[in-house]
Amino acid sequence: MFAYAVRRVLATIPVMAIVALFVFSLLYIAPGDPAAVIAGDQATPQDVERIRASLGLDRPFLIRFGEWVWNILNGDMGVSIFTNLPVTTMIQQRIEPTVSLMVLTLCLAVSIAVPMGVIAAWKQGSWIDRAVMGFAVLGFSVPVFVVGYVLAYIFALELDWLPVQGYTAFREGFFPWLENLILPSIALGGVYIALIARITRATMLEVLQQDYIRTARAKGAGQRNILFLHALKNAAVPIVTVIGIGIALLIGGAVVTESVFAIPGLGRLTVDAILRRDYPVIQGVVLLFSFVYVLVNLLIDLAYTLFDPRIRY
Amino acid sequence: MSSAVLSSAPPQEVAAAPPMGDVLPPVKPKRGLIGFIRRNPTMAIGAFLLLLMVSIAVFAPLLWTVDPTALAPARRTREPSAMYWFGTDMLGRDVYSRVLYGARISLIVGFSVAFFASVIGLTIGLVSGYVRWADSIIMRIMDGMMSIPSILLAIALMALTRGSVQNVILAITIAEIPRVSRLVRGVVLSLREQPYVDAAVAAGSRTPRIILRHILPNTLAPITVQATYVCGAAMITEAILSFIGAGTPPIIPSWGNIMAEGRALWQVKPYIVFFPAVFLSITVLAINLLGDGLRDALDPRMAKRV
Repeated sequence: MFAYAVRRVLATIPVMAIVALFVFSLLYIAPGDPAAVIAGDQATPQDVERIRASLGLDRPFLIRFGEWVWNILNGDMGVSIFTNLPVTTMIQQRIEPTVSLMVLTLCLAVSIAVPMGVIAAWKQGSWIDRAVMGFAVLGFSVPVFVVGYVLAYIFALELDWLPVQGYTAFREGFFPWLENLILPSIALGGVYIALIARITRATMLEVLQQDYIRTARAKGAGQRNILFLHALKNAAVPIVTVIGIGIALLIGGAVVTESVFAIPGLGRLTVDAILRRDYPVIQGVVLLFSFVYVLVNLLIDLAYTLFDPRIRY
Repeated sequence: MSSAVLSSAPPQEVAAAPPMGDVLPPVKPKRGLIGFIRRNPTMAIGAFLLLLMVSIAVFAPLLWTVDPTALAPARRTREPSAMYWFGTDMLGRDVYSRVLYGARISLIVGFSVAFFASVIGLTIGLVSGYVRWADSIIMRIMDGMMSIPSILLAIALMALTRGSVQNVILAITIAEIPRVSRLVRGVVLSLREQPYVDAAVAAGSRTPRIILRHILPNTLAPITVQATYVCGAAMITEAILSFIGAGTPPIIPSWGNIMAEGRALWQVKPYIVFFPAVFLSITVLAINLLGDGLRDALDPRMAKRV
């Protein structure tokens, strides 16, 4: 187990290096002259040169890449072209709302989707099953911002139950925080719930056909015990894997959800950075999100033994 | 067992199985369009809706639309009415015409990304799955690319290029390639263990011929299914990119752009956001239904699983 963990941790290093290399080389492989694009249409040649120098585009690729990686390892992600603040500072200021939104969405989605999938598999072919599968197709088809606007229109504007937009920091109280995040979380969770429910159903269908389920039935175990103790436990590995992979959907969706609900998080920072063509900020956010994504999936991989003690490395 | 027993007639005491025709009446599958719809209802609904959207996009000029970019400050933000079916936006442009013309952008982006991502992903996947030494290099690169959430990757690319439909297609294609490549590689890895591939190797076929004649045709079914999902995802990504201001230029009426423009007014004039949102959702739904139907039809074993 320990040897496996070490190997698995070491294996993420090349992946992260490739992510960094890729994010960095976008500046070089993008068609056209990125310095001119970032400078904008009204820029003077001096502006373009200044930006080219600040991005390091005037120096050799490998040297610049080495410097960049070295700086990141020392916690320096460069300086925003627009605000002149260090990118790390800007990220620190915006990280709380995004983490709140994603953690709440994750909890909400898992606690809704897993029971949905389990019940759909148990009642395979019934109207409940068809409703869950129908919901899953809808969840994949209706984009995040559409769900967001519909929810905000119904529950915030028409019924006036929840605030339309904005964010309240967690330290100002749990309920104001929750009130502001509940609609964004549901909107963001749509695709994620669809994904998890589908995989849960598929895995459960397979597990429910196993012999040990029949044995459990024969010895008189209750339906709930069979579903949630015997079956779900054995279906856990694929479900947990998909929960980890699906975090990519949450990250992409957060960018949009934060715009719809005016949440001042990292997604909003990304959108602002795009409108100002502030590439160092975009680079920093993309890199951060990708590393978090890789790390979460690494942790999930390492946690497999908790869910399934039969797995021995 | 001696040959005498084998050649002799079955003993009388063993009842011979009656001809199957007596037990099971022959099931004649219905032919023609009706039969197809009966057998594949999801695919039929998806295909019908998609066809509807494609016709709307193609025949937009004939469907009582006006110039979707014509400004008319005098008739700003009119509610939907007999005159302006979907109302007008904050610059007085007819939302109905804009939404219909917007179908063109979404469909062009969706289909182009599905096509290019499939072709490139197929090539990479075939090479990676069949050429051992290239596999580990290619797959490490794909792993790295897949670690960047695809919308963020598209956003980063768009931040470095000028907004245009071509660049949107390019950015989304690059973001979708790793997933397609991984899928094809997986299929190829299982196909190359098949006995008929061994037979081809034994018969002296060269590698390119084996890939083209024996491996490639068998990857087409899964890649067609995957292409439909890529198409739907690409349309959503295009709308998201345009919505946050990193997609098609604002002059072009795409669904994402119409929503981006309606965003400032959505609390008082929700219809500007509503109509493109409904059209986008229906189109993506149609493509996903088509994909689900195709998957069930092409791979009956998978049908019961996901």
